[in-house]
Amino acid sequence: MTQDTLTQTPARATVSQAEFRAAILNAQADVPEGLVNPDGQQASKRFSVYRNNVVHSLSEAMLTGFPVLTKLLGDEFFREMAKVYLRIHPPASQLMMHYGAALPGFLESFPGTLHLKYLPDVARLELALRRAYHAGDADPIDPAELTSLGQHDLMEARLTLAPACEVLQAKWPAKSIWDFNMADGPQPSAGGEDILISRIGFEPKTFLLPEGAAEFISSLLKGRSFGTALGLATSNTPDFDLTATLTVLIAAQAITGIDRD
Amino acid sequence: MSKKTVAILGAVTAAVAANAAPAFADGDQEKCFGVSLAGQNDCAAGPGTTCAGSSTVDYQGNAWKLVPAGTCETMEITDADGKKHMGSLAATEMNLPG
Amino acid sequence: MLDQRTNTTLPDGAGVGYKPQHFQDLLNAPGAVTWLEIHAENYMGDGGRQIAQLRHLAENFPISVHGVGASIGGESRLDPEHLARLKKLLDWLNPASFSEHLAWSTHDSAFLNDLLPLPYTKDTLTRVTAHINEVQELLGRKMLLENPSSYLAFAESTWSEPDFIREVARRTGCGLLLDVNNVFISATNLEFEALDYLDAYPLDLVEEIHLAGHDEDADELGRKLLIDSHGKPVDEPVWALFDHVIARTGARPALIEWDNDVPNWDVLENEAARATAQMAAQTQKVPA
Repeated sequence: MTQDTLTQTPARATVSQAEFRAAILNAQADVPEGLVNPDGQQASKRFSVYRNNVVHSLSEAMLTGFPVLTKLLGDEFFREMAKVYLRIHPPASQLMMHYGAALPGFLESFPGTLHLKYLPDVARLELALRRAYHAGDADPIDPAELTSLGQHDLMEARLTLAPACEVLQAKWPAKSIWDFNMADGPQPSAGGEDILISRIGFEPKTFLLPEGAAEFISSLLKGRSFGTALGLATSNTPDFDLTATLTVLIAAQAITGIDRD
Repeated sequence: MSKKTVAILGAVTAAVAANAAPAFADGDQEKCFGVSLAGQNDCAAGPGTTCAGSSTVDYQGNAWKLVPAGTCETMEITDADGKKHMGSLAATEMNLPG
Repeated sequence: MLDQRTNTTLPDGAGVGYKPQHFQDLLNAPGAVTWLEIHAENYMGDGGRQIAQLRHLAENFPISVHGVGASIGGESRLDPEHLARLKKLLDWLNPASFSEHLAWSTHDSAFLNDLLPLPYTKDTLTRVTAHINEVQELLGRKMLLENPSSYLAFAESTWSEPDFIREVARRTGCGLLLDVNNVFISATNLEFEALDYLDAYPLDLVEEIHLAGHDEDADELGRKLLIDSHGKPVDEPVWALFDHVIARTGARPALIEWDNDVPNWDVLENEAARATAQMAAQTQKVPA
């Protein structure tokens, strides 16, 4: 070693963003060397501000994104759970409006919630409601247009559904649980629920579907013709009620177009 | 017209008749005003360094031991096997590590 | 290098960060508020109420789009999906201004939803310059770059923040958004003089000013640590720094940012009125 290198000031520690990120998400990790206070001494609590901001902002996004789950689990529990969740599933997108998409699966394995089997379906419903809220706009058709079609045209037609529309086939009464907690609904009763999520104007709404309707609507969402969707629904659900199903779709302002190619 | 056709068109007519025309005549401004869903991006910092979340004690500590304490305690759901699921079962069924 | 002017500009008056709970108030009684700022990421959905509100407001107010997710200082390349969303928003809205932060938030495809700090080095300068050039070229418009609030420093930094920002602006042609509250927070936390910072900062490039409230905390040695909480009225020393700035720049579009514990409209409007009054007193350019 030459005299020169000996007298040079030592290389200053550099901090990569990989290191920074790792230390943000793991509170047990040491603060990266090279982050300092005004005297040049290693920062500790100062780094915690960033740690705290990340954890706080992401937990808040979860809390506000899942109001029913927060109510079901209690504020304190949900916050603590969110802190575990965000470290396993940090956001993959910059859009906080969609954060928490992996929560249903997480709830199935998280020790504090795995015995509450209905929670994942409630999480799926809350996620769908958020997607509906931010979905593209589309005006519903005048329902009378449906009656203007002859039998052949109707069977061949494709009904376009609003971008907000989704079908959730829940093993648990997710809509009743939501209504019970958010809209003074009655105590939820047993059994699964097929749910249509749609939007009236700008308000996301949920609708209970009759038997077979989930399959019928899912077929429409895949772009299948009215006749094909009806055939599939009828073959799997012999007493499929088309009137009841269309009544829900019209009430949900779900039908936004009739495509008659 | 076949019986089936009559049934289908009748079902459509019945469904249309069952629904009044969509009542959606609010003006643009009225439609705009309403509850907004949260979960927003902003550029504010959270509460200071003392807030939970920054310390190792909070990391993975509490959540594994906390018992849910919301309405899941009072809500009762019966599943297909006739087994009742209530919040009160939580404490006994929970697999508490450590 | 890009020097493209937008079709409209923000007025040299007070604006506020838009919160949906103030939608009706803004239309009924805007008071001192002459323009609005939104966070880009909240308007990147496909439709719904938020977009409708924004469309409606944009007919009544000049809009500033303030991005919080581009990760301009990120080591990884800018997220093309996010840039496309940003372009889509700016294309339909055609806002009066677009700004982003001298910070990073995404690494290895994890978005941390916070504005994280950068060392001021040659490498960072090269990266930030390239990213701003990329953003400006893709968007076809000039962006404003905002100075961060700092809680710690990097031992490896070789540039002061004002010099660094000046050089970024020189290389990219970007404009500047001067957050006076951030200057005060960083000056307190890193123990430098805010006035020295402002003397070194290229005030002639300032096209927008931010004002906000902060919280007070302390580090493990008991030294004062200010937190950029945006949850309170603007602090008096920050108003004094604002005076110092506008005495040199003249009136500028000045924004009240209030993101946490958002107050009633009259409280927020009152802050905007104070910014307006200070600019009038300093410059006589804005009618009282």
